[in-house]
Amino acid sequence: MDAIVESTPLYLEGFVETLKLLAISGVGAFVVGVLVAAMRISPIPTLRTFATVYTELLRNVPLLLVLFFCAFVLPLLGVGFDYFVLACIGLTAYTSPFVAEAVRSGFNGVPIGQAEAARSIGLNFGQTVSLVVLPQAVRMVIPPLINVFIALTKNTSVAGVFFVIELFGASNRAARDHSDAVILVLLYAALLYLVITVPLGLIAGAIEKKVAVLR
Amino acid sequence: MSASVLYDAPGPKARRRNVIFFIVGALLIVALLAWIILTLAAPRISANGNETPGMFDASRWDIVSEPLLWEAFFQGVVNTLRMAAVAAFFALVIGIAFSFARTARSQWIRVPTAVLLEFFRGMPLLLMMLFIFLVFSTGSYWAGVAALAIYNGALIGEALRAGIASLPRGQKESGLAIGLTPVQTRVFIEFPQAFRQMLPIIIAQMVVLLKDTSLAYVVAYDELSRTIKNLQNFLGNNYLFTLFIIGLAIYLVINLTVSWIARFVARRSGPKLGSTTAAPPGAEGTTAISLPLRGGYGDDGSAV
Repeated sequence: MDAIVESTPLYLEGFVETLKLLAISGVGAFVVGVLVAAMRISPIPTLRTFATVYTELLRNVPLLLVLFFCAFVLPLLGVGFDYFVLACIGLTAYTSPFVAEAVRSGFNGVPIGQAEAARSIGLNFGQTVSLVVLPQAVRMVIPPLINVFIALTKNTSVAGVFFVIELFGASNRAARDHSDAVILVLLYAALLYLVITVPLGLIAGAIEKKVAVLR
Repeated sequence: MSASVLYDAPGPKARRRNVIFFIVGALLIVALLAWIILTLAAPRISANGNETPGMFDASRWDIVSEPLLWEAFFQGVVNTLRMAAVAAFFALVIGIAFSFARTARSQWIRVPTAVLLEFFRGMPLLLMMLFIFLVFSTGSYWAGVAALAIYNGALIGEALRAGIASLPRGQKESGLAIGLTPVQTRVFIEFPQAFRQMLPIIIAQMVVLLKDTSLAYVVAYDELSRTIKNLQNFLGNNYLFTLFIIGLAIYLVINLTVSWIARFVARRSGPKLGSTTAAPPGAEGTTAISLPLRGGYGDDGSAV
């Protein structure tokens, strides 16, 4: 029990750091992801190809390697940020294609007749997308998007391997300090992760149910 | 929807404009690539005034001809694949077991399983790996395999549950009506259909599993990522960029191949999809997604 009390300050610090990583790279990944998704459905072939290559490339590299690149290779190239910023860059880059795919699948889920109808009354590409397809796609995009953010929450733990003292880094340290109570200390950390992921999952489930009724 | 619905087939004017966009876009991307390559190739001056050669300098790449390097990388690939294959097998077994327990008739089995699944799905794989490594002192290989198997097993179990839940009621009712026991109905009628329906998701999960073997880095298992780090420690920082590029290329080749196979299999089992469940409205218009939108964890990256 002492181990839990003693490691609480360290864990709180780590928890806040995890939340910071989640918020910063979540927003970053959302912005980049939506841009990439927009490029993928755009009429310009170069942008489409670029977005496809970007997505395929980043989706097929393990997150650990992406963060490895950020933590070890980028400084070698003269990028002088601290590890927290580098981790944010890595997490943003890694998560953005998944956001893009979620957004795109939401687009694909809108019945084709909607776009056809919009086109037939004379709306152009921008109007069709922004006035007709997007508002309908948003509803369907939210649950998979929340799932992406749940995954991101869990993925922030990899930043702990690369010198960011977030929740996983903190638990690693606490496990070393309290080698007699490893089980308790690690379960404590798992519980703190669940505090973030479970409510997000419940929200996603609730929205999904609502959308299913609406369709 | 197919993208072409969003805009007209280009006429002469739009085609000319598209050509211009194409050229401008291509030029921009080429310029970006050129800038990256030039930046990498330029020699740089470190803080203490020493000049280090550019990233493409011969002194950074001479190790490529070293057979020991390739031996090390080969060993890394073998270790990665060995872990992924064993973990994939156990993940499937655990996933099937979870799906049966999760849909059991008795509440005393169903509810605890649901809690357990939620627990396994909600915590980072990395933490689970560390937990198994430290608490059960299994050694790094089995810690990695066990964590990967349990974590992905939980995700597969949830997917299979969603598959069983999405079957029409008539399937179960007719199974019971011809005199099968509830267990027989589940095993012989419901499960095979759910499994086939969720096959694309399960295969996508296997690709994720392969990627996640890199997390065994943290328990010092010598898979591909750890190999890069080990070689860096051994050969020095000068070769880090070279080693990273080689490792990256190997990962891309393996993962793209497996993803391609996964997509091929998903397409092969595709036409059978949706034959037992009504397609959602508008599904006839979808071209790019072969996976069901609903049903817990899917291709949307939730399981990354």
